[in-house]
Amino acid sequence: MKSNIWIIAKKELDRFFRDGAMVIATVLLPGLLIYIMYSFMGSALSNQFDTDENYRFAVAAVHLPASVEAMLPEELYDIEQVTSADDMEACKEAIREKELDALIVFPTDFEAAVADPHSPERSAPPQVEIYYNSARTESSSAYQALYETLNQYESALANVFDVNAGGGYDLASEKDATGSIFSSMLPMLLMIFLFSGCMSVAPEAIAGEKERGTIATILVTPTKRSELAVGKIFALSIIALLSGASSTLGTILSLPKLMGGVETMSAAYYTAADYLVLAAVILSTVLLLVALISIISAYAKTIKEAQTSVMPLMIVVIFLGVTAMFGSGAKSQLVYYCIPLYNSVQAMVGIFSFEMIPAAVALTVGVNLACTVIASFVLTRMFNSETIMFRR
Amino acid sequence: MDEILIASGLKKTFKLSAKQQKLEGAKERTKVAVNDLSFSVNRGEIFGLLGPNGAGKTTTLRMLATLIRPDGGDAIVDGASIVSEPEIVRAKIGFLTSELKLEDFFTPNYLYDFFASLHRVDPAVRDQRKRAIFTRFGIDEFAEVKVANLSTGMKQKASLAISLAHDPDIVIFDEPTNGLDVLTARVVTDYLTELREQGKTIIVSTHIFSLVEKVCDRVGVIIDGRMIACGPLEEVKAGKSLEDRFFDLYAETVGETK
Repeated sequence: MKSNIWIIAKKELDRFFRDGAMVIATVLLPGLLIYIMYSFMGSALSNQFDTDENYRFAVAAVHLPASVEAMLPEELYDIEQVTSADDMEACKEAIREKELDALIVFPTDFEAAVADPHSPERSAPPQVEIYYNSARTESSSAYQALYETLNQYESALANVFDVNAGGGYDLASEKDATGSIFSSMLPMLLMIFLFSGCMSVAPEAIAGEKERGTIATILVTPTKRSELAVGKIFALSIIALLSGASSTLGTILSLPKLMGGVETMSAAYYTAADYLVLAAVILSTVLLLVALISIISAYAKTIKEAQTSVMPLMIVVIFLGVTAMFGSGAKSQLVYYCIPLYNSVQAMVGIFSFEMIPAAVALTVGVNLACTVIASFVLTRMFNSETIMFRR
Repeated sequence: MDEILIASGLKKTFKLSAKQQKLEGAKERTKVAVNDLSFSVNRGEIFGLLGPNGAGKTTTLRMLATLIRPDGGDAIVDGASIVSEPEIVRAKIGFLTSELKLEDFFTPNYLYDFFASLHRVDPAVRDQRKRAIFTRFGIDEFAEVKVANLSTGMKQKASLAISLAHDPDIVIFDEPTNGLDVLTARVVTDYLTELREQGKTIIVSTHIFSLVEKVCDRVGVIIDGRMIACGPLEEVKAGKSLEDRFFDLYAETVGETK
């Protein structure tokens, strides 16, 4: 004879999986939308800071020295020489109006000044001014290019020393770079996705049943309230896990695109053991989140009230997730892993940064499961309470 | 006489919210819904609980069905206490009330199987019972239609069938014909007598005099949460029509209490 826990859970799963629209909205769409959104964001961000490679910067120049002009390739710059003060003002207005990319103004004696920089006749080095519009990508790029060119020019005149010229000094491996980025972003995103997955199903399955009066029909059967609580938590956790897995997959696949096409960043650096441990942490986290949201939903009279009441918990979860972005790796003291949900964030940071502490992960899973048991007990008591179940 | 249900001193008080207090014009924050209610039901009879709206009928039945706990007193249902053995009581009774709804998403067929499973009915027995009762009520025609798409009458028939999926000895019906069209109401009324013929005990709450006179063997009159009269139908009627007798009792009681 089947356990009533399984009968209750099966009904919840049937309710979900027999509804094609719900499966698409809860499981398929989150991952797909996240992949599309992050890929689009990555592409948009890189477009924002890059200009067309065939673009010629429209630059106006005042007293442009021949030595500098020689450093500005014709295929990159369309330079117009300006002489009068009125023309300068007109150029500045054109930059404001985004019709001109930059105006570069040299002092009249620039070449003489750079030829003899220590002349006692000069109180200050010559000042070169570059006017540009930071709100226009092409103008910002023109400024950067001119600035770089002038820097190189200055270095060529008096090169005393260089720092890390030529690159190749960062000794971090590609794996470390992946770990650094994944461990700062994924714990927060995962916590949000898991919470969203739980929130999309738990209020409907508990507060919704109360609101519609269908839970009372189950309460008059010999089913124990504990079986009802565990059956619901079990089924809702499976659905929330699927939703969370979809979002996570979409994130992992699109994260390199979001980070501007960092080709060396890959989820393949993580071993099967890493994924297994991550799965254990995620599972225990989902169980706890479902149990907590179920408690809030059981107290609420309607789905709407449940969704509103869950918001403070959501803020706490997001806050805990954000701590991963500003910490310096996973905490090493085990006491931090006794704090429910925060321990999940820290355990994920450890896993993603390849600095996992096995005892910390075990403690995290243990604490989360223990809290889930306590929450299930509370939910059972709530199902037993007529004041809560028949609130009007 | 073989008493299958003995209720003694049942009491239930509800706290009123400020809104409810205002709506009901109550001076106190609590309302005594059922006050020291005692009665018994014999095996194989139809017992009617008759009373006006708000008299405490539904609260009494919800206590008997263990949906809510009495604040005082107890009821023994076929040897099990509603206070200390609620799960045993639930296995012995079938409870049907408009308060209990069926999930819109599922079909009567699915829900029958689901509730039979919760009652641990053997699948072979379940299928046999389902065939019989679905045919009896014409549920076959809409067995695979989602509850959301059923009419009120169809839903009531499905609810009735599902509440009897475990073949309980005691069946509790709260206002079973409320909101039904005359044809469906007739089907339900006829079925009450059929169940009695099968040896079941039926407790039915209603404010419809004709229903009580037609099907009930014994009747209890509840007014303001108290049992005003209880006994065989003819004895309670005291030579009058049930309606006339009820209003006599009502006038006497309300006159005494208010």
